[in-house]
Amino acid sequence: MLGWFDENLVSILNGFAIGALLFVLAVGLSIVFGMMDVLNLAHGAFFLVGSYLAVNFVAGDSWGGFLAALGVAALVGLLAGGALSGMTEPLARRPVLDQALLTLGISLVVAEVLSIVYGNDVRSVSPPPGLDTSVDVAGSAYPAYRLMLIGVGLVLALAVWLVVERTSVGALVRASVADREMVSAMGIDNRKVKVAVLGIGSMLATVAGVLAAPVYGARPGLDETILLLALVVVVIGGLGSIRGALIGALVIGQVESLGRALLPDVASFILFGTLALVLIVRPRGLFAGKVAHS
Amino acid sequence: MSVQSLPAETAPGAAAAPAAPRRRRPPRALTAVLAVALLAVLAAVPLVADPFSTNTVSRILVFALFAMSLDLLVGLTGLPSLGHAAWFGVGAYTAGLVSTHWTSEGLVTVLAAAVAGALAAAATGWLAVRSGGVYFLMLTLAIGELVHQLAQSLSSVTGGSNGLFGIPSIRVAGTPLTLAGYVYWFVLAVVLLGALGLWLVAASPFGAALRGIRDNEGRMRSLGYSPFRYKYLAFALAGGFAGLAGGLFAGLVRIVNPSDAGFTTSALMLLAVVLGGAGTLWGPALGAAVVVLVRDTFGPTLEGHGPLLLGLVFIVAVYVLPRGVAGLADLRRGRRRAVLPGTDEAPA
Amino acid sequence: MSAPLLSLSGVTRSFGALTAVDDVTLDVPAGARHALIGPNGAGKSTLFKLVTGALRVSAGTVALAGDDVTRLSEPQRARRGISQTLQHSSLFLSQTVEQNVLLAAQRQHRSRHSLVPRRQAAARERTRELLADVGLAERAGTPVAALSHGERRQVEVAVALACEPTLLLLDEPAAGMSPAESARLVGLLQTLPGSVTVVIVEHDLDVVFALATSVTVLHLGRVLLTGDPDEVRASTAVQQAYLGTGREALFLDDPGPSRTEVG
Repeated sequence: MLGWFDENLVSILNGFAIGALLFVLAVGLSIVFGMMDVLNLAHGAFFLVGSYLAVNFVAGDSWGGFLAALGVAALVGLLAGGALSGMTEPLARRPVLDQALLTLGISLVVAEVLSIVYGNDVRSVSPPPGLDTSVDVAGSAYPAYRLMLIGVGLVLALAVWLVVERTSVGALVRASVADREMVSAMGIDNRKVKVAVLGIGSMLATVAGVLAAPVYGARPGLDETILLLALVVVVIGGLGSIRGALIGALVIGQVESLGRALLPDVASFILFGTLALVLIVRPRGLFAGKVAHS
Repeated sequence: MSVQSLPAETAPGAAAAPAAPRRRRPPRALTAVLAVALLAVLAAVPLVADPFSTNTVSRILVFALFAMSLDLLVGLTGLPSLGHAAWFGVGAYTAGLVSTHWTSEGLVTVLAAAVAGALAAAATGWLAVRSGGVYFLMLTLAIGELVHQLAQSLSSVTGGSNGLFGIPSIRVAGTPLTLAGYVYWFVLAVVLLGALGLWLVAASPFGAALRGIRDNEGRMRSLGYSPFRYKYLAFALAGGFAGLAGGLFAGLVRIVNPSDAGFTTSALMLLAVVLGGAGTLWGPALGAAVVVLVRDTFGPTLEGHGPLLLGLVFIVAVYVLPRGVAGLADLRRGRRRAVLPGTDEAPA
Repeated sequence: MSAPLLSLSGVTRSFGALTAVDDVTLDVPAGARHALIGPNGAGKSTLFKLVTGALRVSAGTVALAGDDVTRLSEPQRARRGISQTLQHSSLFLSQTVEQNVLLAAQRQHRSRHSLVPRRQAAARERTRELLADVGLAERAGTPVAALSHGERRQVEVAVALACEPTLLLLDEPAAGMSPAESARLVGLLQTLPGSVTVVIVEHDLDVVFALATSVTVLHLGRVLLTGDPDEVRASTAVQQAYLGTGREALFLDDPGPSRTEVG
């Protein structure tokens, strides 16, 4: 057992790193739907924008570039979310599908514009100085940058949890997931909340894109792959649930890493199998944060 | 034959429609004349058009059947699938593999494709159907993307990202169809049969039940229907017809790429359904023709960035065609009912 | 009287702290015309939903013709002969009147799996009869969305009857109907065969007393009184409430503004 653990330590750590990234990504998607009923299928495309920004600022060469990429990505994410909020407002009283189609269109446009600007080659980004080395973890060499990712994921999870569970803003978030009419009845301007939520949700996507760049690089099609994983995480965890996003991200992170390492041919089946298994037991995900539209 | 109960949505334009509803419709004679005329024009295409154009019309026919199969889900049942290309892809790969390794007898390959499409849809669809609502959108997208990735990663079977190529040409009764015209007629015959099948499903009491579920699922339950069974069967059927279209596609273009099963293809067909008018069957067929023509015409000038145009049209369509899109699916806002079910007469 | 067709015993339903239906025990004999009355918030509609299976009971049992159906789903109960009209119109709005009724009728004629339109002849014939009965023969081809409120109620009744029910639950069927429409409805319900047991919730007491062979008065989720119409009319509590506060506030000891009118 311990031997097996040693052999696969790198895969397991990779799983945690992927899980941390997926959490950052999925929590945005989940909150945006849970609070605002917007299923943002452009989330993956926003992620890819972040990755390409990392390429632009040559994030690997200096911390300045890396931090600049993070800052610009955060700003772009906020603006994109705000724009999205405005674009979905006329559709608020229409079926969820309309918003899904809109964000689908946006994601196609964004992805194609990126491929026009950056071309179709795979662009790689090296980690910032100091993190481009390997660290010894229980006898295995492991990239320091990925260890940092795990740390960032943990810190962010803790921060989000503290905000949602312990602050008045968090109380508003929880109330909004449970019953949106109640919140607007309390006299809170729904439109402002929506701009804020979509802005922060999209910002999480672009920031995740920058953070992921030294691991995944940037390439066309990455947006769809990453959106798929984020959707699976959110479905497994339960729409609108932050705890669910965390658990789902950790599970899918391991499936993606350990699963692919141990059974490379059937990794897609394992992913679907995990999804099916969870939904058989819990049709609304592990922590159903809200009753979905049915 | 009494035709009163033919659903309003099954319109007379469907090429194979043998009869038309009586009320508030063009006279039956006119419909019949139009249908025969359309059939005659379609049948005459290879005689008057050059092979390249014949080929284009063949592809339009295949995608028309594909779009109609999606309409069975989206328009009739109110289940908006974002991953319908998966079953098209399953059918295409099945037909390609059957004709490469076993026989390229046309009917065998397309039937195998239809069965494979239906089985694949049935094997995974229960998850999406059972969860319903917005989960249906997310799960069909996820399942479709998984099939797409599978096509890419199982390279020993599917040829991976190079695609499955060198598919032998379709044979009918042992004779390979080498001329575009013969292939076209084979495609036309199968597409017409498929359209007839879909039309029969839509016009049947089963189709009426699907529309009932689309409009008011709760009421259907209280009338004694089990919506899940109907939706699940509709999902598998739609998968089967998409598989049939995929099988034709493989025989026609003789190469299958993972992207044929992918998200962009699904989105393209959804656009055909939205543009054509969901729930009418013939509308989406027309939509497919427009979408294929536009893609073929503008695709080359956009240097492979066709999805850009697709995305823009999507965005515009959502705002400009609200009724078309709104009619797509009745994802009712269940929130008010979900807060305190059944307490509508409780004290305020 | 024959054995009860519908038998409720200890039926309770709570929503959090609120108990909407509280320990209701009630037998409705086969062939009865049974009315449920009581003020808004008495739990009448919730009780209906517990009978149809749209809601699960928190406690107690529901039996139909002697069989315990408490654990059966709503479609399963419907297939055993429970049919209903809902307090709030619940129709297939984009479809025509005929298509609405046909959806219910085709279930009864075992033709729903057929792909051949001709096999539906029986269901369509039954639909025509029912539309004539409720007075909508002329409107068969009209989309329901284009009908008036009263006409929609008539469609509801036709849909409910097309299920060929043994137990017919009517939740305020006459609400929003004109006096002529409501008189026609009473006439129609009076002609229903004895094989159909009817339970009706209705605020219009003319309708109630024209139809009912027995009456149950619900108050705050509990059974206040069950008896024949004369008994209910003679009851002092009933008379006081009835004469004192008028029909809408029947049996309501605190007709404050907090009790909002629904439906």
